[in-house]
Amino acid sequence: MKLYVPLDSAAVALGADRIAQAIRDEAAARGVAVEIIRNGSRGMVWLEPLVEVVTDAGRIGFGPMTPADVPGLFGDLASHPRALGLVEDLPWMKGQTRLTFARVGVIDPLSLDDYRAHGGLAGLERARGMSKAEIVAEVTESGLRGRGGAGFPTGIKWKTVSEAPGAQKYIVCNADEGDSATFADRMLMEGDPFCLIEGMAIAGLACGASKGYVYLRSEYPVAIRIMREAVRIARAAGILGPEFDMEIRVGAGAYVCGEETSLLNSLEGKRGIVRAKPPLPALQGFLGRPTVVNNVISLASVPVIMARGAAFYKDFGLGRSRGTIPLQIAGNVRFGGLYECAFGLTLGQIVNEIGGGTASGRPVKAVQVGGPLGAWFPPALFDTPFGYEEFGAQDGLIGHAGLTVADDTVDMLQMARFAMEFCAIESCGKCTPCRIGSTRGVETIDRLARGDASALPILTDLCNTMKFGSLCALGGFTPYPVLSALTHFPDDFARAKEAAE
Amino acid sequence: MLDSHAQTDRIAEILQAHQGLEGPLLPILHAIQESFGYIPEAAVPQIAKALMLSKAEVHGVISFYHDFRNKPSGRHVLKLCRAEACQTVGADAVADRIRRALGIDWHETTPDGRVTLEPVFCLGLCACGPAAMVDGRLVGRVDEGVLAEVAK
Repeated sequence: MKLYVPLDSAAVALGADRIAQAIRDEAAARGVAVEIIRNGSRGMVWLEPLVEVVTDAGRIGFGPMTPADVPGLFGDLASHPRALGLVEDLPWMKGQTRLTFARVGVIDPLSLDDYRAHGGLAGLERARGMSKAEIVAEVTESGLRGRGGAGFPTGIKWKTVSEAPGAQKYIVCNADEGDSATFADRMLMEGDPFCLIEGMAIAGLACGASKGYVYLRSEYPVAIRIMREAVRIARAAGILGPEFDMEIRVGAGAYVCGEETSLLNSLEGKRGIVRAKPPLPALQGFLGRPTVVNNVISLASVPVIMARGAAFYKDFGLGRSRGTIPLQIAGNVRFGGLYECAFGLTLGQIVNEIGGGTASGRPVKAVQVGGPLGAWFPPALFDTPFGYEEFGAQDGLIGHAGLTVADDTVDMLQMARFAMEFCAIESCGKCTPCRIGSTRGVETIDRLARGDASALPILTDLCNTMKFGSLCALGGFTPYPVLSALTHFPDDFARAKEAAE
Repeated sequence: MLDSHAQTDRIAEILQAHQGLEGPLLPILHAIQESFGYIPEAAVPQIAKALMLSKAEVHGVISFYHDFRNKPSGRHVLKLCRAEACQTVGADAVADRIRRALGIDWHETTPDGRVTLEPVFCLGLCACGPAAMVDGRLVGRVDEGVLAEVAK
């Protein structure tokens, strides 16, 4: 009997390790031989722990599993109370276009044979037969833009590094996925680590870089373990070696280190202080040398682009947002998880149709798109199509494509205050608008909460200063959640005024 | 607790093991904290000398990052996520009840040295919040029941 039990953090946090152990115990008691593969998550977090049993018809899912449901897996599967049918046929799976996440949840993450059997390494093999310029051109042509949030064209960044003079260049993967509502990087690293390794190796070929680093946040212990093991396996198999090798480096709990220049300082062993740009990291990055800094999903999207061609990838999407985007639907939502699809779905489709509305059953009041620095969207803007420019036009951003759904009990004044408080806690302190502005922002919102309406113009002015005067996105984008809360939910700010009178 | 010689020797071993790395300070600090449970004050000059940095630079790095502590934690470390996705499913209320039950605030340790309570901003469990980490183990949809795991 062959079963899949996810090792993914979300599955484990909901009891997957206990389920795996219960299956082993039950099998031993019955004298049945079982093979348990610890896979990544399929992304249906509301069904975790999701156990899959391999049958002649395919992989049948059972979830959410409790230890009490385990004995039933050894009986008539069709009548098991948690039986979901073939996992591939579930609506959540069928509606997706899984390019970057094609293997996540499907394969054994640490089996190179499994990886190869599912199309892995085809991209790297093709890249090995191409010139640096040809690889860069292919990635540029695909239209891939930085999936970390900034949306900068990946190919252009690679071209700069590829053509920069320098004996030693680096590929640095930004796996400091600190934004609330985002977990795509984590799921990819836990579920398909070789995909990231392959993407970085291709980037190394394209840019003439022989060394790579993954800067991985310490809050992700499972991803750290899997990535380290995968690097060891890839090295032993000769995929990594003198031509291109890499290390996994662990962050230390500073949100700002997700900003690329701060990350580079941290990687060098310094305080994670933001650097002024220019010089661009592409020219003077890690240790002052030419460096590509790319997000996990950007790099993990490269193998499929190289394997199937730029045109194939570019064919998905809308406008200048090409390819697919792994949506992370989170917060107070009925069906939360990861859903990869082409750009272009409307926010309403994502929240109501895919996410199924709130978990509490109450009306959706607001959705924060793009993490703690993203704007809150009211249902009135649910017709906004998911794309970089489309969200920008509504004074928002898609960021790393995380969505936090909140029901009508959320107090938007408190959420605005939290955005400022978070900025104050996490500010690196280098620039004044962020360091001082965030603290003044908390105080100003507290004045509003006490009913002092004269604080309102001060808050908007402060947000303006932070937006245009900060060195990086932490101070520069904190105004997004604040001002969007103020613009779209003025009643939450006015109600506080009435309460004080 | 190690005596000071044993501590110096262990730190020297860690420094030795990280020779040749580019940007070795964070890996060294992680290794020291893993070994001792915190970064002992006496480690600072030792690291500074080995890496040819000033003591102030090493201290500056240690104090910049939330992960590094300069004194031992309680026997258990309970981290509760305070970020937005967890807030939308009641993380604040859970945290309030846990703080009351433990009689401590964020970053504090119970007087009996049993539990240290820390905030964390995102464990990547945003679709199954509120999220927590108990002694390195992840917990989804957390409530006060988690206190049973740090009872001893």
